[in-house]
Amino acid sequence: MIGAIEFLLDGESWTRNNGLLEQLVQQLLLTVTALVLAVLVGLPIALVLGHLGRGGLLAINISNIGRAVPTFALLAVLVRLEWPGNDPFGPYGRAGLATLLALLFFALPPIITQAYVGVREVDAGVREAARGMGMSGPQLFWRVELPLAMPLVMSGVRLALVQVWATATIAALVGGPGLGNVIQLGFANLDRRSEGIGGAILVALIALVLELLAALAQRATSPVPSAARTPNSDQMSMLPPTVKPADDPVG
Amino acid sequence: MAVTLLVAGAPAVVSATEEKCYSVDVNAWICGDYWVDRQDEIIEATTTHIQITVAAVLLGLVIAFPLALIARGVPRLESSVLGLSTAIYTVPSLALLPLLVPLTGLTKTTVVIGLGLYCLTILVRAILDGLRSVPDDIREAAVGIGYSSTRLLLRVELPLALPVMMAGLRVATVSTVALTTIGTVVSEGGLGYLIADGQSTEFNAELFAGAVLCVALALTLDLLLVLAQRLATPWRRGLTS
Repeated sequence: MIGAIEFLLDGESWTRNNGLLEQLVQQLLLTVTALVLAVLVGLPIALVLGHLGRGGLLAINISNIGRAVPTFALLAVLVRLEWPGNDPFGPYGRAGLATLLALLFFALPPIITQAYVGVREVDAGVREAARGMGMSGPQLFWRVELPLAMPLVMSGVRLALVQVWATATIAALVGGPGLGNVIQLGFANLDRRSEGIGGAILVALIALVLELLAALAQRATSPVPSAARTPNSDQMSMLPPTVKPADDPVG
Repeated sequence: MAVTLLVAGAPAVVSATEEKCYSVDVNAWICGDYWVDRQDEIIEATTTHIQITVAAVLLGLVIAFPLALIARGVPRLESSVLGLSTAIYTVPSLALLPLLVPLTGLTKTTVVIGLGLYCLTILVRAILDGLRSVPDDIREAAVGIGYSSTRLLLRVELPLALPVMMAGLRVATVSTVALTTIGTVVSEGGLGYLIADGQSTEFNAELFAGAVLCVALALTLDLLLVLAQRLATPWRRGLTS
């Protein structure tokens, strides 16, 4: 443990070629890119489906499918397939494209599911009232449904961020970029164990910081004042929407 | 193409006339011969995988139950309990498992503890939600006919909370099956070994077997839990759920 902290405090371990700094920047870049792509692709789909009230089964079950696919296996297959994605990809490094694709695969389900549920859960009475006031479909969506769905939309993004950061760490196990390299290298060689633990500490700390930033963003974008919220509404998203007494997806 | 030895996992000597589909030259993804020839290895990896998954989920349940009861009984502690379990969940598995190594070493125990901790977020919340889904008048009726709080919990609240709790248990189990593969970094990851070995030795059939079995195992365990739930809640059978 002491060795791990010494490793983290040593400037040399950060600045050397393929050191902590390089890998950290790489992994942050991967995470941000994948998250932005997932939001750009997933959010419009989910919001439109939610507004129209269609494709609910797909939107909700997509999360369950994503959960059953092991990250490690998907990454390994993507890297083994013979396609250009395994070549170094700009600042994203070795297998950068394959990694981005896997990150996208794991980022989309929470974003789609939460945003869909968020729009669907807008109270029918509120919707009718807005219609009664003469709002058109788009107006209803932009002025009523979207603001009310924002907490859940953002919780989906938040879940995706956690998921993407975790997946980006695993990429190193299959020769990909990111801080997982420090961990893997540390556990592959007995005399570098403390470096592996140091890398794990760093990855864990950054995960917590990212989660905190995402929680703040969620708070900032929610139109409902925090006092009006139930104590749990911030975190209710940890369970998928299927976890409700009347909802049995298989039976 | 004299590269026979490059694939460490494949047999070094392959007869020229009858090449197996997992030989270096073919290196097929889907290869029946591989499943037959390596069945011992495959069965062992699958068994280990099931052991780790089941142990981790059980550990998660054992820790989650008292935590959920505390969170329910002492409302002031609820946000701390939920916050702590969420914080653990935030840490990537590839970081959490190495962080446990100084405490428990390179053993299966490390993997089981790490994955058990991961289950907490889902399980604590599911148990809490389940208990809260029991209608108040049912609870009052039970108290009214003289049930003690222990009996109320065991005979009334837990059975009625079961559907919600089982939904959480299913989620926890499926994600634990997938996460177990990461255990291969610190000690044993069951099918994760096949994936890691298949990837590093460029042995497609092995990698494919690990991946497919992992998904199949997740679906099987999920199905078993659904069946168990049916059996455990006979009063719900008539309901359209």
